[in-house]
Amino acid sequence: MDALKQELKENIIEQLNLEDMSPDDIANDDMLFGDGLGLDSIDALELIVMLDKSYGIKLTDPKEGRAIFESINTMAAYITEHRTK
Amino acid sequence: MSNTDYYIKSYCSIKNQRVSLNGSILFKDESKSYIDFIKATYKNQNVKYPKFFKMDNLSKLAFLAADVLLKNEELNTESENNIAIVFSNSASSLDTDRKHQESIQNKESYYPSPAVFVYTLPNICIGEISIKYKLYSENSFFIFDNFNADHLFTYSNSLLSSNKADAILCGWVEFDKEDNYEAFLYLVSDKGNIKHTKQNITTLYNT
Repeated sequence: MDALKQELKENIIEQLNLEDMSPDDIANDDMLFGDGLGLDSIDALELIVMLDKSYGIKLTDPKEGRAIFESINTMAAYITEHRTK
Repeated sequence: MSNTDYYIKSYCSIKNQRVSLNGSILFKDESKSYIDFIKATYKNQNVKYPKFFKMDNLSKLAFLAADVLLKNEELNTESENNIAIVFSNSASSLDTDRKHQESIQNKESYYPSPAVFVYTLPNICIGEISIKYKLYSENSFFIFDNFNADHLFTYSNSLLSSNKADAILCGWVEFDKEDNYEAFLYLVSDKGNIKHTKQNITTLYNT
């Protein structure tokens, strides 16, 4: 699980072009949206694509994303349970 | 007010790894790639706008050229500014269009990026500038084969003389592959030292 969390942080930084940010800057329980990393709605769509591309998880209802993308912890837990690759 | 009462208040050029304002070089960089150069320019100009890094190449270029000009205008970004934007180029958003096309080329690996897709229109760069500086006025993005001083002159004068805007941020912003980038933006208003004429626009563009 720790390796997955590290991988997620690296992927998020790369995919969402979070310049001058390193994995160490993101705590596992940091809010990804709102007051946390300040991600926006386009970032949310990018995360949905990332789940599909990297882990074979297709979110059919974007509203599910709200809980899944709350933090690195929630993302890692969801991916561990649902990944197909 | 007649056409001759308008002036080019300031102008900015970004090309050949150089940024200049009103004819003076502000910054030059020996970076070989556009990506390195534009990032170095962002840091040199102390922009501090993280969304910059999410923009496509065309928007980064337009945004920085506009920033060089507008930060000297001391605009109140807490309220609306009546500055219109009239941009032009020849490649439209082709650089980003290609990236999007590549991402949907292979049906076995069909993962279009929303962040890329939203930039598959050239006028998105106008939106980026408008958001940062709260420019709430007319805006247009024209596609021409080459720089068209005639059209920019006529269109800007029309906007000003019909009181659609207090000033016009206009010019040419082009990005098509790594080695073909160029921004030439200028501000037109009823204040300034350089008369707003087709000849002066052309001369400044070719400087």
